[in-house]
Amino acid sequence: MDIPSFADLNLGVTLPAVFLALGTTVLLLIDAFLPKERRHLTAWFALAGVLVSFVLTLFNFGSSETALAGMFVADSFTGFMNLVALTAAAITILLSIDYLKRTGNARGEFYSLLLLSTAGAMFMASANDLIVVFVALELLSIPLYIMAAFRLNNAKSEESGMKYFILGAFSSAFLVYGSALIYGATGTTNLQEILASIGGIVEAGSSAIFYLVIGAALIVVGLGFKVAVVPFHMWTPDVYEGAPTPVTAFMSVGAKIGGFAALLRVLVTALPFLVAGQTVEPVWQNTIMIVAALTLIVGNFVAISQSNIKRMLAYSSIAHAGYIMMAVAAAANPFTADFAARSALIYLLAYTFTNLGAFAIALAIEKDDGSGTDIKDFVGLARSKPVLAAAMAVFMFSLTGIPLTAGFTGKWFVFQATMQAGLVPLAVIGVLTSVVSAFYYVRIIVNMYLSDGEGDEAAGATPLVNWAVYISFAGTLLLGVFPILATNLTETVTLLASVAP
Amino acid sequence: MVPTEAYIILSMVLFAMGAMGVLLRRNAIVVFMSVELMLNSANIALVAFSRHWNQADGHLFTFFVITVAAAEVAVGLALIVAIFRTKQSINIDELHLMEG
Repeated sequence: MDIPSFADLNLGVTLPAVFLALGTTVLLLIDAFLPKERRHLTAWFALAGVLVSFVLTLFNFGSSETALAGMFVADSFTGFMNLVALTAAAITILLSIDYLKRTGNARGEFYSLLLLSTAGAMFMASANDLIVVFVALELLSIPLYIMAAFRLNNAKSEESGMKYFILGAFSSAFLVYGSALIYGATGTTNLQEILASIGGIVEAGSSAIFYLVIGAALIVVGLGFKVAVVPFHMWTPDVYEGAPTPVTAFMSVGAKIGGFAALLRVLVTALPFLVAGQTVEPVWQNTIMIVAALTLIVGNFVAISQSNIKRMLAYSSIAHAGYIMMAVAAAANPFTADFAARSALIYLLAYTFTNLGAFAIALAIEKDDGSGTDIKDFVGLARSKPVLAAAMAVFMFSLTGIPLTAGFTGKWFVFQATMQAGLVPLAVIGVLTSVVSAFYYVRIIVNMYLSDGEGDEAAGATPLVNWAVYISFAGTLLLGVFPILATNLTETVTLLASVAP
Repeated sequence: MVPTEAYIILSMVLFAMGAMGVLLRRNAIVVFMSVELMLNSANIALVAFSRHWNQADGHLFTFFVITVAAAEVAVGLALIVAIFRTKQSINIDELHLMEG
């Protein structure tokens, strides 16, 4: 094997993620050397870094190249995921600045951790090798463990960080062991080379199939923990409730972006022909279908009984992971794989805007000591803060999937992909559970508009938080009214052998 | 020469022991050690497969796993210390402020 030259590494297409990761280390130094009275500038440097990376992603958009000796792939899928992750990071920075200040935790390293985590999500979206999937997953998760426990001397926040850490480390061990077994069966960690060697293994019927199936199952378990699908969701409500609200907002989006990107890449790019018997669909399709159905049912039904908005949004995020899982199940069919991947991307974008918006409002009515996050705290918000209440109503409609909001666009594409793949029972479960979800989303709207009571003064609704709400609101409505904005960007997305081996 | 399968069976046993440890033990440090055991069982499998295929990819993966495990130790122990300062206990059964 030749030693690759510098030009072979093709560093240009890796720039968006690499710039963010390197820039973050510089940001740590900037924060350390800034005089105390200028420390508040760190957040703005972080936002500038996100914007630069966003522009770099746009410049690279639509290319389809590998880099770093085949370990990194930059195609439309990567580009779109990068845009979603960077949008989430930018909105989270806007949410964090004032929140950290008023809860007495304004420390600059928060933004470095946030950007490292974002870089991890971006590397996961571009991983073309099991080693990169693992390292990027850890780059995404380890900063999140710290951020979840970021409120000093707050028992809830520390407990949340600890629970997230133990379950996260547990799940990465599953991912590593699964990767080891797949490496053992195929002799390579590169996704394209795994794809190339699977045909022979299946045909020969050798014992390596056993390693492959167990390995794939362990990888699904490992990533399933990260994206919080049933039955690997137990940590989600506790971690979401205890973590500082901006962190919860980012966690609910960033971890899903990374997790689903890696899940789609590993299952669709590397293992689409892992078949048993005479079927066309790979063996993992049934598993993913059952997981998706369970996630939809448990997430949506348990959310009904929640009284805390952060816990309710936690179960709602589990339910939404179920809808994206439907798209993953549809991607098992080689004929609908590309459309299903596109629908997952559009769903993730819609979910990002809507969920960050909903968390922004929850953050606005939260008190400095972390209380005030009950669903009854929304009572009368339409009278005290009509703009925030109207935005929250739109976010709730979007999470339900009412037409002319982003949530409807996302669900439309996901259900269409599921139907095209012939998974009618799954689509029916998806529609029925959407109806159930209306119950707990509309309850918030009823509280805001129809219940009598003094409205909350929304102490957290500072100008920056309002901007975050406006951006999410604009994104939610634009994507709902003009879905073509997103579908255009995803038109060239293809995961099946996206780059010639 | 010891066959590759022997190493894989050893690593599977260690992995299962680690997983049981995480699920059954209550002391946060012991839980943490069990996670390390799971990661290291994967290392054994990777090195064994690497020898089986007579190439270096598995060794390479092992180094990354070791490095990441070290980073996890740093964060995990810091969290355990922080929890101990607040609660004077690292029993994970006592982490139940939030339930429902």
